[in-house]
Amino acid sequence: MSETAARRRRALMRFWRDYRAQRAGLYGAAILAVFVLLALVTPLVTDPSGLDVTKATGPKMAPPSAQFPLGTDESGRSILLMILWGSRVSLLIGFLAALLSMVIGTVTGITAGHFRGWSSAVLMRITDWFLVLPSLVLALVLAAILGGGTSTIILAIGVTSWAATARLIRAQTLAVEARPYVERSRVLGAGHWHVMTRHVLPNVAPLVLANTTLTVAGAIVTESTLAFLGADAGQASWGSMLRGSYDWGAVTSGAWWYVLPPGLCIVAVVLAFTFCGRALEAVLNPRLRGVA
Amino acid sequence: MTLLEARDLHVEFASRGRRARAVDGVDLTVGEGEIVALVGESGCGKTTLARTLLGLERPASGTVLYGGAPLAYSARALKAYRREVQLVPQDPTGSLNPRHTVYEAVAEGPRIHGLRDERERVASALSRAGLRPPERFFPVYPHELSGGQRQRVVIAGALALDPEVLVADEPVASLDASVRGEILALLLRLRAELGLSALVVTHDLGLAWNIADRVAVMYLGRIVESGPVEQVLSAPSHPYTQALLSVLPESPAPIVLSGEPPDPTRIPGGCRFHPRCHVLAAGKAAEAGVDGLCRSQPLEVLPSSAALQAACHYARARQPRL
Repeated sequence: MSETAARRRRALMRFWRDYRAQRAGLYGAAILAVFVLLALVTPLVTDPSGLDVTKATGPKMAPPSAQFPLGTDESGRSILLMILWGSRVSLLIGFLAALLSMVIGTVTGITAGHFRGWSSAVLMRITDWFLVLPSLVLALVLAAILGGGTSTIILAIGVTSWAATARLIRAQTLAVEARPYVERSRVLGAGHWHVMTRHVLPNVAPLVLANTTLTVAGAIVTESTLAFLGADAGQASWGSMLRGSYDWGAVTSGAWWYVLPPGLCIVAVVLAFTFCGRALEAVLNPRLRGVA
Repeated sequence: MTLLEARDLHVEFASRGRRARAVDGVDLTVGEGEIVALVGESGCGKTTLARTLLGLERPASGTVLYGGAPLAYSARALKAYRREVQLVPQDPTGSLNPRHTVYEAVAEGPRIHGLRDERERVASALSRAGLRPPERFFPVYPHELSGGQRQRVVIAGALALDPEVLVADEPVASLDASVRGEILALLLRLRAELGLSALVVTHDLGLAWNIADRVAVMYLGRIVESGPVEQVLSAPSHPYTQALLSVLPESPAPIVLSGEPPDPTRIPGGCRFHPRCHVLAAGKAAEAGVDGLCRSQPLEVLPSSAALQAACHYARARQPRL
């Protein structure tokens, strides 16, 4: 199968060449790369003991200074240190929860759209059930039953947020399956797997990517909401920092250094994801090429 | 030698609680190296018949035979059948995945069937379909091609599997007139060079005249007249065929059919064409003494014979050999 491997490699090189032409996508990827890199090197260059309220050395709610570039919180911890360590938790939960949600949603959606009849009906009733359940309450209950921890929060967010994606992907799958080229492919002898992976998946991929963007953002926000309600991962995250700033009245006391950094970080990561998603869409859809 | 055959084929759909008999008893054969045209107006069941012959639709009763053996509907048997009988679809633009290059579109069949020498196969299929030099078209996307070139790519995709029969569903309906001739010439050349048989579904009698050896005229799920193309189209016996021919531009007096358009959920009793039949309406059937038969006596399914035949009481009263 060396010919297949060579074809894949050529396709990958072509993809990268096309992606490079997308300026916004490059910016998005660069922003994401910076955040991921910072999250990765943080444990190598900083000391997590500064996150412990009992070991915090700084003054309370101090504005930015040379010693604390982004000021301190109500316990005298460095905001910069919390942002750096919080990025690890927020990004991990955001990425993995979105990934879990997209995988469940895409598999369910494509399966329900491709196989008609009772299997599709059963899958869609399950989806409806998850859709009408108050997902935040369900996530809280799941987090409470499974016990605290990062993986619990990921599971709780992932399992409760895929239903809307599944419906969307199913609708798109139905639209793609009605195209004549799917029938042509069947006449050429294609089985279910071929149709689903060669025709349906590439056609729903832009939608999946666009949705992942929103889901990552949603997952980061859900994580902070869960933290706000007491089901946190037990570590500092951007979400729990926003919660802390709210609890301690950072806005009314003018402590902008406590509110803006976590908020801007969330915005930057979500924006970077949107840029990447758009660029990928433009590359994967030949009709959009040269337009964006 | 008969390659592809439909034997007493019935295909039904559920339509708002009623049964639509889209194909209502059809016997049809396509011989080796033969081109058969299936003509009829929209909604007469010709596309459904073509899809059933391709195994995309399962008959309610009756059989599709290939090479004398009935078609099996297991996934494995259908996949093997796909190497023998291929489709040329109506809309080449919609039939090509916009994300796949010409190479990928033509290589799809060989890849599905795990055939070796993919590159040579694709190149030879493209050049047989008239896209030369084939290498120039490999990296091209469908939206960069003209309609005629797209149809050639679709035909090349079918040829890459070395089929014996092509089922072409309105192969040139979406192409402009100058390209039509080229695609038809291509089909004729494929027959001459590769011995391909074809069933060409069309509503265009001129096309049937140009390309086919035999023609079968379909009305409301059944073949009402069939025979060698010169005989059927130069001297049509069935009033429906006469009406179809009379509206061609060069025809002196067009016959405009009256009555309701055909509805496959309510097939009339007697001759299925009698509510719209101009021969019956003009009283000529009564002169021949068959008007009672027209209204009450259903006609049998025409056998799949090469000779001229028509399912019409009036035509039979005048020409007993039919």
